[in-house]
Amino acid sequence: MPIIKHLLAVATMLSCFALPVAAEDTIKIGYVDPLSGTFAQQGDASLKHFAFLIDRVNAAGGALGRKFEIVPYDSKLQPAEALIALKDITDRNISFIMHCAGSNVAAALIDGVAKHNARNPDHRVLYLNCGALASDLTNDKCDFWHFRFDANTGMRAETLVRGLPKTLKSVYLINQDYLFGQTLQRETKEYLAKLRPDIKIVGEELIPLGKVKDFSPYVTKVQSAGAEALITGNWGPDLNLMMKAAADAGANLQYYTYLSHVVGGATSVGAMGENRLHTVTEFHPNVPSEQNSAAGEEFVTSWRKDHDFDLFQMNNYVLLKMLAAAIDKAGSTDPYKVALALEDSKTTDPLGHEYIMRKEDHQMLEPLYAAQFVRGVKHDSEKTGFGWKTETVVEAAQLAQPTTCKMKRPAS
Amino acid sequence: MEIVVGSLLNGLVYGMLLFMLASGLTLIFSMMGVLNFAHASIYMLGAYFAYEISRWAGFVPALILAPILCGAIGAAIEIWGLRRVHHNGHIAELLFTFGLVFIIQRGLQMIWGMLPMPYRVPPALDFALFTMYGANFPAYRGFMLLVSAGMLLAIYLLLKKTRIGLIIQAALTHPNMVSALGHNVPVVFTTVFAGGCLLAGLAGVIGGNYLTTESSMADAMGPIVFVVVVFGGLGSLGGCFVASIIMGMIQTFAVVFDYTLGDLLVPLGVSVGGDNLLGEILTVPMARIGPLLPYAMMILMLLFRPRGLLGTRDT
Amino acid sequence: MSEATPATVAIGAKPMGRAWLWWGALLLLALVLPWMFYDWTTGRHSGFMISMLSQAGMMVIFALSYNMLMGQAGLLSFCHAVFFGMGGYTVIHLLSSIGAGDIGIPMEVVPLFGGLAGLGMAIVFGYMATKQRATAFAMITMGIGELLATASVMFHHFFGGEGGITTDRMIDRSLFGLTYAQGIQVYYLIIGWTVISVVGMYFLTQTPLGRMANACRDNFERAQFVGYDPKIVRFVQFALSGLFAGIGGGLYAITYEIVTFDAMAGPLSANALLMAYIGGTTVFAGPILGAVLITVLQSGVSLLSNSWLVYVGVLFITMVTFVPTGLAGIVMAHGPIHKAGQLGRLTVPYLRLLVPGVALLLGFIGLVELLSFLTIGAAQGKKLSLFGAPIDVNAFQPWAIVAVCVLGGAGWLRIESKAFNRVWEQVTADVKARELLR
Repeated sequence: MPIIKHLLAVATMLSCFALPVAAEDTIKIGYVDPLSGTFAQQGDASLKHFAFLIDRVNAAGGALGRKFEIVPYDSKLQPAEALIALKDITDRNISFIMHCAGSNVAAALIDGVAKHNARNPDHRVLYLNCGALASDLTNDKCDFWHFRFDANTGMRAETLVRGLPKTLKSVYLINQDYLFGQTLQRETKEYLAKLRPDIKIVGEELIPLGKVKDFSPYVTKVQSAGAEALITGNWGPDLNLMMKAAADAGANLQYYTYLSHVVGGATSVGAMGENRLHTVTEFHPNVPSEQNSAAGEEFVTSWRKDHDFDLFQMNNYVLLKMLAAAIDKAGSTDPYKVALALEDSKTTDPLGHEYIMRKEDHQMLEPLYAAQFVRGVKHDSEKTGFGWKTETVVEAAQLAQPTTCKMKRPAS
Repeated sequence: MEIVVGSLLNGLVYGMLLFMLASGLTLIFSMMGVLNFAHASIYMLGAYFAYEISRWAGFVPALILAPILCGAIGAAIEIWGLRRVHHNGHIAELLFTFGLVFIIQRGLQMIWGMLPMPYRVPPALDFALFTMYGANFPAYRGFMLLVSAGMLLAIYLLLKKTRIGLIIQAALTHPNMVSALGHNVPVVFTTVFAGGCLLAGLAGVIGGNYLTTESSMADAMGPIVFVVVVFGGLGSLGGCFVASIIMGMIQTFAVVFDYTLGDLLVPLGVSVGGDNLLGEILTVPMARIGPLLPYAMMILMLLFRPRGLLGTRDT
Repeated sequence: MSEATPATVAIGAKPMGRAWLWWGALLLLALVLPWMFYDWTTGRHSGFMISMLSQAGMMVIFALSYNMLMGQAGLLSFCHAVFFGMGGYTVIHLLSSIGAGDIGIPMEVVPLFGGLAGLGMAIVFGYMATKQRATAFAMITMGIGELLATASVMFHHFFGGEGGITTDRMIDRSLFGLTYAQGIQVYYLIIGWTVISVVGMYFLTQTPLGRMANACRDNFERAQFVGYDPKIVRFVQFALSGLFAGIGGGLYAITYEIVTFDAMAGPLSANALLMAYIGGTTVFAGPILGAVLITVLQSGVSLLSNSWLVYVGVLFITMVTFVPTGLAGIVMAHGPIHKAGQLGRLTVPYLRLLVPGVALLLGFIGLVELLSFLTIGAAQGKKLSLFGAPIDVNAFQPWAIVAVCVLGGAGWLRIESKAFNRVWEQVTADVKARELLR
């Protein structure tokens, strides 16, 4: 029964597995995302993206002649755990913390990083947001130490509304009842009123996150309201179950979604999404062939050799590229100097599209694609036989939405 | 009218799915007193097994084999796990099932990966059974109703007409008396636990393609099943059935009737709104509180009638 | 839950002098520990260690307050996090008000208001839940927990939705002139409140209330005959445990300067149960051990392995199967043997257990890591290595080694544990015989 001894052994044994692999001098980026539990697939997908993208950036020379290295931490999608990880990152003098999933964790990190930097000016840290989308984070909650390398909900809502067909007359909005869903609901309505006043919103609904098992009653409601299309930010089971219920009821609906392209989406939607499912994405595997970009195509095919889900986080390639350029320009990894170098920096993806890091709110402007889920495209998604086909491209410069950010800039 | 009829059908289907899960738990819970948190994990296992089997052998073998596998796993858990823990008390048993939840979830992720499984309704059942007010009623739902009704009948016959059924029934209400009469209670326990897991596995086979098959599917189903069992009353399969249907109906109708607490106050001449906490509470529509109603109802039930709807003894 | 929990070691019975020595040593360790991880070259504290120790401190309060219900009153609650979270949210709002200059309360007193919020909530919900006992009580608390956790995501004014509510703890009001900019100052604040809470909860066990709670746990009908209303005893015990949980929540708010719905949600309630049980519910200090252990597992091990949930699961199963009295129970079982001076006889058997035990453990960890690396880790671009040497997961060799470790270790451990049990029974029999002779 020497349980305590067992535990000591656990600790020592585990520390063996965690022995730092690379002894060479690298530029480390602490990466915090859910890697265990229910939401692990999100962190898992991002980590796989980074593993792939970082090789590209390192092959191109890294920054200051050093290579980048990702140090993963498990956030368990809980702000407190992310803040503990932040402590370990600053302890190890890592200058960059990166985080993708969950606007709640992002809000905590923005706040935590700002306080840490104010209280510990000798070892500051820069927060690279690679996918927490709530537009608030670069508006009212904006901060000097936070850079968002992905289009926010407002930009996505605008792209979605621009992509709506001219014949569409009535829509129904369903979103999940939490920060992200509520923001999308509000912003979708805003841009519908602004850009497409002819479309009537026949109903709207906030559903409790991940609690609804049977969506049939919602479908009944949508049908009796006479909606032609559903606009939704639902993801995971909430999207999948909703579409299943609608398909079962034989509802003739189009689905305009914000997150159906993320990992697992295509698998769970499958044939019922054919010609009905639309998404707004920062990239999808058929973009290069649509735009005749050989460089982009090479990117996609080499990803598909090793992965059975789609490459869609092109913004994270830009993140690494922009960061490398900024570190080179600043001549060091000092977070303050790198932050200044990042502001107003521009770069391009392999296809030649331009990405701009806006100085006033630290929001990156990126091209967005409104795409449809169809059969017979060059690269299908997750071996389903279906894949994404671009309907509308909105370039970065067109998405320069106004911001309410009043950034406080540190003196040095 | 069309909404009412449609919702009645929807509620019935969902209620029956709940019943499939809850019936197994009610047997386990009433008889062994074990708050089996891993019940929903067995349901998840059932769905994953069914997916894997239906890939190789088709849906019908999956329908038979996957529940049996789950039952076997249940028996193993009881014999090598719970039985050893039993003398350490109910909290120990509960924690044991707690540990199982973690292990099963991560284990599934290790074997099948993190992505959702493309486990789909078999093509033979993928058509519209009939159309009503312009909405299809899919054949698979009819099939689900059929399976769950068949299951109800089978359990009923097993409990009422067979000897082991009579012993189980007796053990449900008077466990001590049964062992005093010289019946081998551990074997009864194993049978019941394996049977409960078998039913959960069956629910997984049926529910996995109706809903989704992924490593988080157990999380959401766990607590609601407890609510059904407690609301229906311990030791009563009939109560469990009625409670499942009620819960199914409530969740369905809460979505349809879009009222807020504030609306109820309007006839009284009170109008609410305003940007404060009270205004926020009063203006939440029913549809958003829907999933919470079962919990509120369970609390009320326990406060005023601790034995549940049709229970034979206090919870 | 129809039966009472098994008879327990009397909580109050202890030799005073020795016990105080142990508590003093523990406190000293808590005070010194951060300085062991102090980086003298940069003159900085290890922020991670301080975070983890702070977390452990508040979890100690939380687990002990949970044990007021589970260990002392025999009540299984699934909504304990509600009081923790409520304390947290209250303190967040309070800190913001103080920071804005609306109220003037020194930082050192602030956690108490978290406690009062917890107390208030516990009075409201305890009034409902404590009408029942055993399973009905457990299920009511489960309902309450679910209701409030969901409500906290729904209502933005007080809870801030899923983004939570943030504040700044540098309110510039302190009895000692501290700014609380650095984690170390907050850590000592937590230690202070932990000591206050532990002492408070300990003395509660010595009061008639604490004794009656034990009585109602063990046999509530007899307790009724003595003239106490078990409902009222349960209610007061529930309310007070809410008070202490609220203090823990207040400290959480001060440490992280953010409270989200996670602080109220089911997983945290479950954590309280796990910490108390693993530590040992029958001994007052048990949950302290459990809280520290679980915190280290969650924060420390999860840094090292993404499969940490499997380890936690296996730990629980092992504990409930083989060590139902918890860690503290093991320690307490050695008490009489130590007093009789017979501890030495157990050293060799323990060492003999250790060898196969470690083999089994290493083999199991290796198996889990290899498996999870094969299916999940490889594609994430990680490299599996042991002592800096890379391991090829597709080769036969590592799998064979772990298989031998697991199977061999398990078999050997079985044999050794039988031998150990013989020695153990002999020693305890000797000790008992000696006591009888005396």
